Amino acid sequence: MSGESTRMLLSGNHAVAWGARLARPDVIPVYPITPQTPILEKITDFHAAGEVQAEMLTPESEHSAMSACITASISGSRVFTATSSQGLLLMHELLHYAAGARAPIVMFNVNRTVASPWAFWPDQTDSLAQRDTGWVQFYSESAQESIDSVIQAFHIAETIGLPVMISHEAFYVSHAMEPVEVPSQALVDDFLPTYKATHKLDPLIGQSFGSPVDAATYNRTRREMDVAINSTYEAFEAANSTWQQLTGRGYGIIEQYRTDGADVVVVTMGSMCGTARDAVDNLRDQGQAVGLLKVRLFRPFPYRQLREALSGVPCVIVLDRNFSPGMGGILHQELKAALSGMDDMPKIHGLLAGVGGVNVVPEKIEELVKQYTDAEPNIASLWVE
Amino acid sequence: MNYIEYKDLDLFSAGHVACSGCIESLSIRIIVNTIGSDAVAVVPPSCGAVICGGYPNSSVSIPAFHTTLESAAASASGVKRSLVAQGKPDTTVICLAGDGGTYDIGFQALSSAVERNEDILYICFDNEGYMNTGGQKSSSTPLQAVTGSTPAGKISPKKNLVEILAAHNIPYVATVSAAHSEDFVAKVKKAKEIRGTKVIVVLIPCLAGWGVADNAGIKVSRLAVESAVFPLYEVEDGIKYTLNHTGKTRTVDAYLAEQKRYRHLTEETVAEIQAGVDREWKRLKMKTRISQELQAAED
Repeated sequence: MSGESTRMLLSGNHAVAWGARLARPDVIPVYPITPQTPILEKITDFHAAGEVQAEMLTPESEHSAMSACITASISGSRVFTATSSQGLLLMHELLHYAAGARAPIVMFNVNRTVASPWAFWPDQTDSLAQRDTGWVQFYSESAQESIDSVIQAFHIAETIGLPVMISHEAFYVSHAMEPVEVPSQALVDDFLPTYKATHKLDPLIGQSFGSPVDAATYNRTRREMDVAINSTYEAFEAANSTWQQLTGRGYGIIEQYRTDGADVVVVTMGSMCGTARDAVDNLRDQGQAVGLLKVRLFRPFPYRQLREALSGVPCVIVLDRNFSPGMGGILHQELKAALSGMDDMPKIHGLLAGVGGVNVVPEKIEELVKQYTDAEPNIASLWVE
Repeated sequence: MNYIEYKDLDLFSAGHVACSGCIESLSIRIIVNTIGSDAVAVVPPSCGAVICGGYPNSSVSIPAFHTTLESAAASASGVKRSLVAQGKPDTTVICLAGDGGTYDIGFQALSSAVERNEDILYICFDNEGYMNTGGQKSSSTPLQAVTGSTPAGKISPKKNLVEILAAHNIPYVATVSAAHSEDFVAKVKKAKEIRGTKVIVVLIPCLAGWGVADNAGIKVSRLAVESAVFPLYEVEDGIKYTLNHTGKTRTVDAYLAEQKRYRHLTEETVAEIQAGVDREWKRLKMKTRISQELQAAED
């Protein structure tokens, strides 16, 4: 390990701010929104104290924040921003633009319900609705995972030339305080070299970006994005293994908990994973062979890893804290598509659990597992009462 | 014969796809050659984006980023901050935007950039409508003008962008016309030397959209200035007003008569337009006088 780490008591959002600080971004355009705001305020505190040297922009909207992120990034700067919910939706147009411009921006999103009605609760629909924009998406369940993911994300984004978004959920993760190992600046500097753009807006180079193209050229840009986003797996493994060597902490694209010999595997993302782990432990204590599969990387969707992990598992129960009207749980639908055509495809139940921030306790998950283990799966996702 | 007083650095190339006779290409040529090669352009969708050219060509030699319609000022801010972070604060960052991307959908981002006093030079090519999409009204379209979305003539007057920006206490905002090229070049030079946000509004008579003869772009610009439909002036720090043209030397008749978009006008509607121009001209002269009094009081 190079350098010391310091243990701090941090909220999930302050852990994100620490991650951003340690990554030494050059430009930070950011706009406030509950429950993201503590990230912004912590970074502006760091900036005021001279601990973050970045150019800070506080424009009038998330739309302008993301616009500035894109151009700062393609001008050759390392760029960080953060948002949530409506702010992420307002950025939507620019999210496509950022990926198309191949801008390796890192953005943190705090998952919050999408209006109307107005609400502030944990729900992943905001970021899942951005799944076709060309951003790599990770989902984090803890403050430690969030700080590590932010730092890793710069490494991945700058390797593959696409923007990366990490999300954790409102309040459960964003505002809960946890002990966090904050790596030293020296360690992060070892891990994350200074960003050097291969292409950039520069009068000495003279290259223009985003000029109108013909259909064939546009088609080529999408094929190149396809190759780039699918190189996430390799880029992640490289970043993660180095990070593990430096800090002793590593992560998976997907992570399995007590899935050996499991008859039932619960599949979910984000803070629900912590709850599900307790449920798995309780069910195992009661003699039921149950495991958990946590999906960390949602884009690119790791279908190969999921097919391998769920091969031979009789029953899968997907818990979705998100809702796509007319289709149901987004993870449920994506997982079914990913496993489609397997010889030993599990039966897959999709449950809308915790949509809108409704609390789901371990006992509830235990009850659902017992209820659905031997049931025939419904094609559509089912609402959990 | 007077030639335009600027050194052509060959930063704007022939072969661009502006409509034949359009004076926006001449205006871009003046701007990029006056600013020089140490510059980056941000271009939202507009006639300017088309003139700058499709991949892999570009009529401007400086690097350009084609951004979204509503983002020019925010995108330019991002470029500038990145250059500052890289220790290159002297590179000029310019926006080449239309009036739709400035007065309408891009106004929010522009207002915020001015409030933050971002060090950018924002050029608005004002052809008084969404001419690149075939000619629909924008909030810059003047009273009574016919467009694709105001077939009976617009019932509200043109938004006064310069005054709105002056109310931001912007370091520099000015109007220019390609028919008054020495003033045009002088203002671009002046703006380039000012740190903070600068906005220059260029009147571009749209040959197709306004129904103007292919060779009449300069003539119509001149008539707009001389009739005070489009007075040439500048405002520094929101307070120092300077009129750059001697004054209103003619009525609006000749200006209106050059354009098919005003072909439906009656004596009453012409009088209504004239009254509006007279009122705005009077107000501008009063502001100029008050500004001089304020400066005298401060001195």
